[in-house]
Amino acid sequence: MITGNFEYHQPSSVPEALALLSDLGDEARVIAGGHSLIPTMKLRLAMPEHLIDLQGIKELKNIDVSNGEVRIGAMTTQAELIGSDELFQAAPIIRETALQIADPQVRYMGTIGGNVANGDPGNDMPAVMQCLDATFLLQGPDGERSVAAREFYEAAYFTARDELEILTEIRFSACEGGYSYGKQKRKIGDYATAAAAVLLTKGADGSCTAASIALTNLADTPLYCADASSHLQSNGVSEDSIASAVASAMEQIEPVDDNRGPAEFKKHAAAIILTSTIRQAWARA
Amino acid sequence: MSKQTITLNVNGSSVSTEAEPRELLIHVLREQLEITGPHIGCETSHCGACTVEIDGMSVKSCTLFAVQAQGKEITTIEGLGDPDKLHVLQEKFKEHHGLQCGYCTPGMITRAHRLLEENPNPTEEDVRFGIAGNLCRCTGYQNIVKAVLAAADELNQSETAA
Repeated sequence: MITGNFEYHQPSSVPEALALLSDLGDEARVIAGGHSLIPTMKLRLAMPEHLIDLQGIKELKNIDVSNGEVRIGAMTTQAELIGSDELFQAAPIIRETALQIADPQVRYMGTIGGNVANGDPGNDMPAVMQCLDATFLLQGPDGERSVAAREFYEAAYFTARDELEILTEIRFSACEGGYSYGKQKRKIGDYATAAAAVLLTKGADGSCTAASIALTNLADTPLYCADASSHLQSNGVSEDSIASAVASAMEQIEPVDDNRGPAEFKKHAAAIILTSTIRQAWARA
Repeated sequence: MSKQTITLNVNGSSVSTEAEPRELLIHVLREQLEITGPHIGCETSHCGACTVEIDGMSVKSCTLFAVQAQGKEITTIEGLGDPDKLHVLQEKFKEHHGLQCGYCTPGMITRAHRLLEENPNPTEEDVRFGIAGNLCRCTGYQNIVKAVLAAADELNQSETAA
């Protein structure tokens, strides 16, 4: 499979990349790990005339945890996320999620920036970022701005990122308490049939002091489940409250029939996976 | 698009070739450099037959343009062992019947090599998870897993002896 023709650029700084993007306009695409874009180019679903490869920009590859804040450079690979003990201490849900993405070879190349910026509803990190209430740093010709992960996704492959902007960094607060990312998939390497990210904090008296739930691949964007989250926080975590929270989250989902099964099956799978993911997060809280 | 010069370090030798930016690394390795150990299986990032090692990472060379590998150190199955002096992994695949048709084997061994570099004492589960990006349609994986575990044992023993 041969892609369309393109010209290759490898800038060594963000300003250089932004200048290229501005000059070349919508004929250009930024490439991070390439493991979504290159397959799309092989199918000629994408035919950019210019590729701007970010691999040479060293400042985009870093993990920094300080004063309770986590910052991850967009070009940090899934394998690097998995390998960082510092990140595991600050947000263990990231390693748990990254280990469920694709396969080892893909995780060496695939980046967190590509995963969250691409807008593919099948990608796992967007829901995790919504669960963590992360913000994305976007740099463009007019400077930089931040967009909350919960506001970033508009539709499949449509996000708040402007075509002339590059997503350069992800920021979120280090998390405490229980976590879980549960994913139902047909085989290793597959996207989710249904997946859920859950963070729960337990108070000294056993109450639920914080709850955050988001879902993957059950609509054309990731879904932050505000009502289900606040239900657990208000009512505590019990089998009854879990059932109500899951029922509330299920009202938000809009799965479609595809090769992972009919929509009815996905609703069934989603309820099971969310229930077990909440239970596991609470057991770890 | 015009061709450009790409310089790679493949199995310890620096090589230069001319390629269009859209040429995938697997195509440049096989068709221009005549390094035909890495195979083209699915060409869609699924099967792992094209796996090579690049700067200490296992990479599916069908999902990387050759131009992106400019200046990098690449190891293919040809760089691990040769018919007169097989790599321990190759010996163990032979001994444990870890292959039938052999099509997946170069990718499987190249991936297993990196896995053992990173985790010299893998459990059976570590091996299965670690080679999950490589498909084999013949063996059912049992003997591949046995071969990788046996290679780990042998490498650790020779380490202890030394």
